[in-house]
Amino acid sequence: MSMKVTSRQVDGVTILDLSGRITLGEGSVQLRDAIRDLLAKSSKLILLNLADVNYIDSSGIGELVAAYTTVRNQGGELKLLNLTKKVHDLLQITKLYTVFDVKDDEASAIASFTRA
Amino acid sequence: MGQSEEEHLTGQQASRITYTLESSLDSVNKVEETAEQMAKKAGIDEDEVFRVTMAVREAAVNAVLHGNSYDPEKRITASFENTGDSLVIRITDQGKGLDPDTLPDPLAPENLLRGSGRGIFLIRSFMDEVHFKQLHPGTELTLIKHLGTAQTGS
Repeated sequence: MSMKVTSRQVDGVTILDLSGRITLGEGSVQLRDAIRDLLAKSSKLILLNLADVNYIDSSGIGELVAAYTTVRNQGGELKLLNLTKKVHDLLQITKLYTVFDVKDDEASAIASFTRA
Repeated sequence: MGQSEEEHLTGQQASRITYTLESSLDSVNKVEETAEQMAKKAGIDEDEVFRVTMAVREAAVNAVLHGNSYDPEKRITASFENTGDSLVIRITDQGKGLDPDTLPDPLAPENLLRGSGRGIFLIRSFMDEVHFKQLHPGTELTLIKHLGTAQTGS
């Protein structure tokens, strides 16, 4: 039921490959911890790969928003990659689709980050 | 984890199952699973199954988290009924009560980046009818999905 997070580095960008559910008490806490750990290491260019996230609830949506604002407030960038249709639809309904920078190709997503 | 009660109405397809559950995440997951099974059994398409399941999960989260505040002394109830025309799910809590008219609009620009406050909005988006009833103390949410429009045929 819970979420799995693995981390990769590509051209100065940290890609978090998430799989499973981002919901209250499950993936939400793991996502928050993963973002906090990255920011503590000054990794502020973050790409969340949601290709294998098959379910997200309002708590998970809130956690994505919190991750986005936290990273941005620290001068970083957080983008989303490979949304499933369900997650895409949820972000549309909640009007967050245009708030997030959503990508569907990893290479161009990596290239789109602003390097210092 | 809790007690359940099942009543089958004679001569009809309709049956209702009711659970009384602790204020825990396990209960949320149990309610969610029951909703998913019920929606699948009703023959509605996959997208509608997802919507019903998610709406019911959100209602259960509200009851456990915002209603009962995980209080071990308090219970939630969840009842599931397929009336033939509709799926009717009722979730109650024993909390302070919820006035839906006072909830901030999560789509307002000033609220878009808030980390919470989307649950009731999603429930309303995904169900055909949502009714709130004050129980003094507590809240009852009734979620209804009409089968006529959602069913893909069997």
